[in-house]
Amino acid sequence: MSIPILKFDAVIVGAGGAGLRSAIQLSEAGLKTAVLSKVFPTRSHTVAAQGGVAASLGNSEEDHWTWHMYDTVKGSDWLGDQDAIEFMCKKANEVVVELEHYGMPFDRTDNGKIYQRPFGGHMSNFGEKPVRRSCAAADRTGHAMLHAMYQRNVKANTQFFVEWMALDLIRDEEGHVLGVTAMEMETGQVVIFHARATIFATGGAGRIYYSSTNAFINTGDGLGMAARAGIPLEDMEFWQFHPTGVAGAGVLITEGVRGEGGILRNSDKERFMERYAPNAKDLASRDVVSRAMATEIKEGRGCGPNKDYVLLDITHLDPATIMKRLPGIHEIGIQFAGVDCLKEPLPVVPTCHYQMGGIPTHFSGRVVMPQNGDVNAVVPGFYAGGECACASVHGANRLGTNSLLDLLVFGKSAGDSAVEDLKSGRAHRDLPKDVSDKTLARISALDNRKGGANVNETRLAMQRTMQDHAGVFRFSDMLKEGVEKILEVEKAARQLEIKDKSMAWNTARTEALEMENLIEVAKATMISAEARKESRGAHVRDDAPDTAEFPNGRNDAVWHKHTMFSPVDNAITYKPVNMQPLTVDTVALKTRLY
Amino acid sequence: MERKDYERLRWRCIRRGLLEVDIALTRFLDDGFDKLNEDQQQAFVELADMEDHDLWHLISGQADIDDDRLAAIVELLRKS
Repeated sequence: MSIPILKFDAVIVGAGGAGLRSAIQLSEAGLKTAVLSKVFPTRSHTVAAQGGVAASLGNSEEDHWTWHMYDTVKGSDWLGDQDAIEFMCKKANEVVVELEHYGMPFDRTDNGKIYQRPFGGHMSNFGEKPVRRSCAAADRTGHAMLHAMYQRNVKANTQFFVEWMALDLIRDEEGHVLGVTAMEMETGQVVIFHARATIFATGGAGRIYYSSTNAFINTGDGLGMAARAGIPLEDMEFWQFHPTGVAGAGVLITEGVRGEGGILRNSDKERFMERYAPNAKDLASRDVVSRAMATEIKEGRGCGPNKDYVLLDITHLDPATIMKRLPGIHEIGIQFAGVDCLKEPLPVVPTCHYQMGGIPTHFSGRVVMPQNGDVNAVVPGFYAGGECACASVHGANRLGTNSLLDLLVFGKSAGDSAVEDLKSGRAHRDLPKDVSDKTLARISALDNRKGGANVNETRLAMQRTMQDHAGVFRFSDMLKEGVEKILEVEKAARQLEIKDKSMAWNTARTEALEMENLIEVAKATMISAEARKESRGAHVRDDAPDTAEFPNGRNDAVWHKHTMFSPVDNAITYKPVNMQPLTVDTVALKTRLY
Repeated sequence: MERKDYERLRWRCIRRGLLEVDIALTRFLDDGFDKLNEDQQQAFVELADMEDHDLWHLISGQADIDDDRLAAIVELLRKS
């Protein structure tokens, strides 16, 4: 079967913040650049980012990139690579000012500078006191960012392929990446994008969890494609959770609800936080509250028919106060929980929010993997940035506002590296003879299989397994069981069946293809989490508690290293954390205390 | 509505930037859209074309819309 081939200098998969930022570098360098996106670029999940972007501009008070670097290393629980963290924090001012020049409507101070506000974990003078470092555009920072960068790309003649889904990475026998196969949704036509540089900016995979704040689009397509092409996934056990998402929906309930007096209760109506945090109670930190909620559910005191959530009660508060101080909460309760929160408590559960791990990259944006004794050997022709990539700057936990910074800095850096490599003479390499065989076989199997697994049921089984066995607080017995269960789900995910066989706009087929990506991420997460027998950052285990010998359950002597999950054989290896910054002294290991 | 047009609309409803909009539109497509007449379906298509934040502000009652045709569909979305 003859498949059309489109030839570009560069193909970028994903048109969120990282993809758009990469594309600017390539198109403005005069390179023929294609950007593929499942949706119109301004509907990418970056649109949901509200908090702002971190940069030590020092517009409101003294600040310095070395302080930002210290905060990021500490936030990462010392798992972040310090060369990459220095690179990102040092570049922050430059990428924010560039964005301003692209037309980003940042909030302003009275004297016209970019207004900056404080954000959790960002401190001045190496952890001394909070600093105003976040640059925002009202509560629509991500939205404004996408619009500014999309316009810039239109001006630079970037070619957008909207409502196209990339299906598989093309690698030749020597391991070079030569582009992707992709499907146009409107026709169902599969096309080869043959490129000299391939950049992944596909975002996270938060939909592996039952409760997730991520939009439905976050199906880990880049990670799935990388895994199928034999590229390992790094630090996949680290996922950031928010304590209060609406059970069953994932929509966030702001921490302000507990701030205004909201109380968490279990199935006995008990205010259980009094047992876990006698002083702070419901206002304890995110991780303490999340862990308490998970423990209540695990010990059978959850609510509802499946005993899988707890209740957030604000019925004792003055309705006028709720409507005035917590706008939108009443409507969220009605829309997503079917509950009038003035009269009944809201069902809530710790909810997946952000993926710290991903496709292993150098801070230049080049994808790296262990080869021939080099743990960081470059995969020629392949680059990644944003949430799908692991540079690693977030390590075991991400600071708020560092995600938008990540996608700007590493989107740009991946673009710059691709430009450099192409200008140094990297040519189009010959496509392998079987270039599209695997993709066509996958589609054909979906179209022809009878008696296979249902996509929705398989996705639900995966999401339940991940939520119950590798959630915000992890139990060793549950993790072991989780590995067996997710491998069972994987068998079903390899045997999906769809009823709709049509070519045009076949959303059933697209969702099945997304499911094949999600399962790669779910499996990597569960196996990596089971293997790491310590607590660090967002990965917290019941059998690695806070002790004098191991504060916060962290065991640096054994576990201060990155996990590398090999999708080929489900094996795990490790690689050292880079503790050597580019120009400054190492931020030495110490206990992470706030 | 032609199957192809419906499936295109479906994709544009089930893959949004904001989770809140994903859920609200998917739910309505699954239970409500079929009951609309042709003009109402067209109004829904226009709403689905809006930016995520603007649409969510309408659905969550934090903003109003002047166009009566669209406002009527927003009301149905709020109740679905």
